[in-house]
Amino acid sequence: MKVPIISDMKLKGESPEYLFWIGCAGSFDDRSKKVTKAFIKILNKADISYAILGKEESCTGDPAKRSGNEFLFQMKAISNIEILNSYHIKKIITTCPHCFNTIKNEYPELGGNYEVIHHTTFINNLIKNNKISISGGFYKGKKITYHDPCYLGRANGIYQAPREVIKKLDAELVEMKSCKSKSLCCGAGGAQMFKEPEKGNQDINIKRSEEAINTTSKIVAVSCPFCNTMMNDGVTVKQKEIDVVDIAQMIEKAEDL
Amino acid sequence: MINIIPNIIFTLILIISVGFFIRNIKKLITVIKLGKAVNRFDNPGKRLTNMIRIALGQSKMVSKPVSGMLHVIVYIGFIIINIELLEILIDGITGSHRFFSKYFNVSFYNFLIASFEVFALLVLVSVILFWSRRNLVKIKRFFSSEMKGWPKFDADNILYFEIVLMLLFLSMNATDLILQERNFEGYYKAGSFPVSSFLVPIFNSFDTSTVYMFERVFWWLHITGILLFLNYLYYSKHLHILLAFPNTYFSNLEDKGKFNVLESVKNEVLLMFYPEKASQNSTNVEKFGASDVLDLNWVQLMNAYSCTECGRCTSECPANLTGKKLSPRKIMMDTRDRLEKVSKNISNNNGKFIDDGDRLLDNYISKEELWACTSCNACVEACPIDIDPLSIIMDMRQYLIMEESSAHPDLNNMMSNIENNGAPWPYNQQDRELWIQEN
Repeated sequence: MKVPIISDMKLKGESPEYLFWIGCAGSFDDRSKKVTKAFIKILNKADISYAILGKEESCTGDPAKRSGNEFLFQMKAISNIEILNSYHIKKIITTCPHCFNTIKNEYPELGGNYEVIHHTTFINNLIKNNKISISGGFYKGKKITYHDPCYLGRANGIYQAPREVIKKLDAELVEMKSCKSKSLCCGAGGAQMFKEPEKGNQDINIKRSEEAINTTSKIVAVSCPFCNTMMNDGVTVKQKEIDVVDIAQMIEKAEDL
Repeated sequence: MINIIPNIIFTLILIISVGFFIRNIKKLITVIKLGKAVNRFDNPGKRLTNMIRIALGQSKMVSKPVSGMLHVIVYIGFIIINIELLEILIDGITGSHRFFSKYFNVSFYNFLIASFEVFALLVLVSVILFWSRRNLVKIKRFFSSEMKGWPKFDADNILYFEIVLMLLFLSMNATDLILQERNFEGYYKAGSFPVSSFLVPIFNSFDTSTVYMFERVFWWLHITGILLFLNYLYYSKHLHILLAFPNTYFSNLEDKGKFNVLESVKNEVLLMFYPEKASQNSTNVEKFGASDVLDLNWVQLMNAYSCTECGRCTSECPANLTGKKLSPRKIMMDTRDRLEKVSKNISNNNGKFIDDGDRLLDNYISKEELWACTSCNACVEACPIDIDPLSIIMDMRQYLIMEESSAHPDLNNMMSNIENNGAPWPYNQQDRELWIQEN
């Protein structure tokens, strides 16, 4: 796979229209790496001018900030902003709602002003503008439920873009008991991804997976690397044959990219 | 002379109760102002729209249709019946009887009184249903651990108050109707009584002077009951009927995912990276984050007084739903309880807070509760009047990490990874492109 790195482009005197911010999960987590690759295939297919930061990318600071470590967050943010600004980045796409939220909402006050786009919105726009065509394919007529990531939905009000993409796959979208603004968290937000949960009578991802299982759909669409992990673990614990897939992977599969 | 004694007594009671109420509201404003500064005065147009939509229009109430609709009925009833209250006050002060009937068109006045009665009945039915939900159906969110004792007593008190007030209002009208029909002096025919006419048989067997006595007793109990209820607000969660308005007006207008970027930290970080950009005259920050109520801002303190303990936040909280200790409602109740104690301390010590060995962190809100939060914003979304428990949780986490260095142990690993290799996991930043090569 050939992926343009921004420092290489700069050497050639080129500059991309978009920066694809991969995020830590997209770079290191096995499941999320597949999402990264699927989205890169979509970018290539639509002939988008983009690049990644490569080795210059670092954590946005989100888990540090949600833990309460404002110092570490701002240190990460300021050094990231310095790199982004040095490349004159104007538009950033990311497959992670946490990176999306942090760069979009919390970087401006520290000097980082960019148009930040979540990949589900970006894909939806590509379809609307006929940059990629969707013909149903693998998902045609299949029952799919969509899990709203807190940091995309409630935190930023994006509920429709991922749903519109699913509908364009000719799939039957079914909603879980709690959805959209009332959606139930997967249990990973607020840095919970990196710690054991507090004592209780159930893990949050199991509760959310039960809601997904109750829809009887065999496919759970996600749009966040942490939700992806949590929901995968959840349905596995419940021993259900359910596919948890990111919206980008669904396009990859439907279009055989 | 004798004739105006009741009017004088009434006017005195009115002045004393309104005066006492205003005194308490002033105290409340002083306490809220103990909070730290936060600018919520921008964008007045949008704020006003929010207030009209959410507080006046009850837009978030109906997301739970049953309790939402019952609440809307009680709320509209409350406002409509307040028009009648105006007439009662004028009657009380001047000694008139049904003052408005002389100035309004007969059919309009009849329509008004009839609609007050219909709403009084609807409110009565709704409040009885509310009581049943709490005491017979025993809806789960009313029975969390934080709802024992005063909160339960307070909630029931409010409902009993409202039931009694509506019954007094209808009985007052029923006896008035009898006196009107018997052409009792001063009780000329005015008003239409579609509901209270059903209560007439209860009182009709009494002689006119007894009915008159009943009517007066109901009238006096009703109005003094309302004035008493007005003064109960300050001591009760029922304060939300007033605070819902400023609370929605001053609520956060930003995307819910945007957490406050701490200015105090910003300056220290700038000093490290770009000393030339840092503010030179920065005052020393005494404390990062919040360990007690005086570290919170005034909107958070107002939130605490606005909370009516409905528990919609807690019933949507993923941590609470899975049996963890965290309850966003308890965060608000603890903040209010601690604030009450701190404000008494301040007023007893001539305006200065004397350390009482107590604080919001640990003594009210435990670390276990704070670490259970996923920052998912479900509580903020669920609150019918835009209270933000999450902001308090985050401020307290900041204190835990930046002042006490008492992060959850797992989180220390994550943070040292971010610091050393730019990812929450122990992977090297130089390996960020490895996935490109992998199949």
